[in-house]
Order: sequence, then C-alpha cells, then structure tokens
Amino acid sequence: MGGYFSEIFYGSKSLLIGMGITFREFFKPTVTVQYPYQTLKMTARYRGHIELLADEEGNPKCVACGMCQRACPSGCISLDSVSVDVEVDGKAKKKKVLSKYDLDFTKCSLCGQCVESCNFGAIDFSKEYNLASTRKEDFHFNLLQRLKRSEEKNT
Amino acid sequence: MSLTVLNVIAAVVIAIAFAAANAAYLVWAERRGAARIQRRPGPNINGPFGLLQPPIDGIKLMTKQLMIPGGADKILFMVAPVLAMAPAIMSFVTIPFSEGIVARNMDIGVLMIFAFASLGAMAILFAGWGSRNKYSVMASVRAVSQNVSYEIPMLITAITVIMVNGSMDLKAISLAQAGGFWHWNIFPSLQSPLMPVSFIIFFICSLAETNRAPFDLGEAESELVAGFHTEYGSMGFGLFFMGEYANIVIGASLTTLLFLGGWGCPFGLFPGVWWFLLKIYLLIATFIWIRWTFPRTTIYGLLNLSWKILIPISLFNLLLTAGLLKVF
Repeated sequence: MGGYFSEIFYGSKSLLIGMGITFREFFKPTVTVQYPYQTLKMTARYRGHIELLADEEGNPKCVACGMCQRACPSGCISLDSVSVDVEVDGKAKKKKVLSKYDLDFTKCSLCGQCVESCNFGAIDFSKEYNLASTRKEDFHFNLLQRLKRSEEKNT
Repeated sequence: MSLTVLNVIAAVVIAIAFAAANAAYLVWAERRGAARIQRRPGPNINGPFGLLQPPIDGIKLMTKQLMIPGGADKILFMVAPVLAMAPAIMSFVTIPFSEGIVARNMDIGVLMIFAFASLGAMAILFAGWGSRNKYSVMASVRAVSQNVSYEIPMLITAITVIMVNGSMDLKAISLAQAGGFWHWNIFPSLQSPLMPVSFIIFFICSLAETNRAPFDLGEAESELVAGFHTEYGSMGFGLFFMGEYANIVIGASLTTLLFLGGWGCPFGLFPGVWWFLLKIYLLIATFIWIRWTFPRTTIYGLLNLSWKILIPISLFNLLLTAGLLKVF
C-alpha cells in the first residue's frame, strides 16, 4: 500500500519536472535556420566539388601538369593546355596555359586525391552544396569558366 | 419564418462557426506552441506569424477527393466523421459562455454534455470498423476501451461537484462559484476537502477523453499508421480533426464551469464572457503544453492509470464528500 502512494507521488513529481523543462524551453530563442532565407556558412573542412584557385592576377594557379587527372581514381577530371609565347626577363619563352578544366561530378567520390596530388595548391574543395538537378549534364562543370565568373564577381 | 426558427438557425450557425474557427486556430496554436517548445519557429510563412496557414489548410482539405477504400463499409465510413463532429457541436448548445450567452440552458446540462461526449467513442468505433483496415480496427478498439475507462472517473468527479453544488445546471454551478476565486470549486471546502484532487482527475480524464497525447493511443502514429483515421483523407479527416479540437474546447469549458468558476472573475470584478474565454484558452494552452512534454503511454499503463489509480481515488472522494455533506 505504501508503494502504491509513493509511486503516485514520485510519478507526479517527475511529470512536473518534465513540464518545468518544456516551460523553460518555450521562452528560449529558436535555433533553426530558415533555409531558403538564411544559409549557414560551410565549415572550413567542408568537401564540395573541387574548384580552381586563382593567383593575385586572377589567372588560375594551375600549370596544367595533369597530376590531378592521373590521381583521380574515377577519372572525372579532364584538362587541356595550350602553349603561348610570353616574355620573361626580356627573353621569349613558351609557357603552358590551362585551356580547359572539366569535372564530371557524377563520378566524383570526393576522395580528395586530386587536391592532395596538386603541387601548386591550385585546386581546393568548394563550399557549394545547392546541387540538386534532374539532368546529369548539370553536373559536368567547366571549372575554368566557373573561376572566371567568380573572379568577375569579386572585381 | 417565425422568430424561434431563426433563433435556432442562428444558434446552430454560431455553434458551428465557433467550433470550426476554434479547430482551425487551435491547430495553428498547437503547431506554434509545439515549435516553441522544440525551439523552432513553427508555421511562419503564410501571413504574419503564419496566421493564414489554417484557411489555406482548410482549402487544401476541402478540394481533395474523398476516397473510399475498396471493401470498406460505405455507410459507416461516411457516417463516422459526421458523428465525430455533430455531438461536439451539440454540446456547445448548453454550454453557458456567460450569464446571458447560452443557446439553451438546461437543468441537466452536465448530463447532456456527457451523453453527447460518449457518442464520440461510437464515431471512432465506426471509423475503425468501416475502414476495413487492421490498423484502424486495432486503433478503434484501443480508443474505445480508453474512452470507456476514462469516462468512469470523469463522471464520478462530476458527480462529486454536482453533489456539492446541488445542481446539474451548468449555469447554476457556475453562479454558485461567483464572487472571487476563493469560492471556486477547485479549492478544498469543508464538504469536500479533496477538491484539488478531483480537479486533477477531471483534467487527466478530459485529456484522455479527447484522445490527446500522452493518451493518444487511438492514433499512435508509430504503431498504427494514423490510427482510426488511417483511411480518411480530404474533409473526412478534416471533420475528425475539427471534432477533436471541438472536444478539447468542450473539455476545457466543462473544467472551467465545474471547477474554475465559469465566467466569474477571480477578484469578483466585471464577470463576463472574457473571463470564460481567458480561462478556457489557458486550459487549452496547458493541454498543448502537456502534449508536447510527455511521450505516449502504453495501453496497459493507460488503462492501469484509470482503473488502479483514478477510479479508486475518485470513488473514495465521492464517499468522503457524501459523508461530509451529511455532517456539515
């Protein structure tokens, strides 16, 4: 009989404690991000698809050595270069310039081998995550064009 | 048309409008309250504070096709949602909102409300049986056993209050508590020292009678898909929903009238319909608060609570009150 009443007492007490907790939570500020109107800043180590990085003059840092293309286990990177004549210290020289850098993101597994293999720090993960689409062509990125666009936006 | 007929039509229209408006905006309040407790903003896109969400939801429900599953008992299937809504509206007829605002005051008002509230269990049973869905049948069996077992302590506590006040007229019960909160039935008196306990029992029972969490065994989503209204879409579901919220308003009104002095002011000033509305919405806010605090109980825990705790205590309370009424 004593157990009966103590069960009622402690049961009611724990219910009141629970209601106290929700009462306090009711007056705390909300913590959700209103997604389409607000977005979170991606963390430093977030892995989006890769992107080319630019030097101070706004040209790609990439020297078109092709290490990333060889390192990629899925073969999603295809790049090409052209030779152009440049003048360095008064002497005419030939220099390889990146002319095409395509990423097939449908195959990419975000392993990061390309970023690891790059000796020039020319590629990095982007913070892009709004990538939903119904066509796979939308995931074939022209990274050179993307870099140009972002440079134009910055200047 | 004679004036009486017009009066009746006006009363019915007002009752339905009040029930529908309450159902719509209590859903909004429920969603906002739940969101605040879970530290979300809740519906906030349509209109200021999401206030246009209920009419938009209503339009959505009304424009959807009403599907009747193959093999279902068509008549029971169609009757059940109406039967869930109609008794709730009927009960509004005899609830006095203030001394002057009552459609039809009856000297057996309490009895009438309980009689119509019992019909709600029939609606659930019809819905579950008519759907030809095993989840619905299981849910309705649960809900009916729950409704039956919680009606008993609820009625016994109501009888206690009726004995103390000597009337089954809701208006008379409310008027007997007029003139300050110390006259309210919730506080212990010489005749009935266990009145706060009665209030808590009545409150728990009205939670269970309206199938609200933590007692929403009838629609336990995690076990029974959506319970007895699994097969209902469109306005069939809408009527169940409206019936549920109308029942919540009736439960809160009844608790207010029986225990919290009806439309009387706590300090004896300006009694009127505003105090009544304030009290019922505070009670409904507590309903919402409880719903979003506690997880759903098991069916055994639920029935044990009624048969092993609420019924013995309310019976003891009834006997004690009966004895003390003879003494004092």
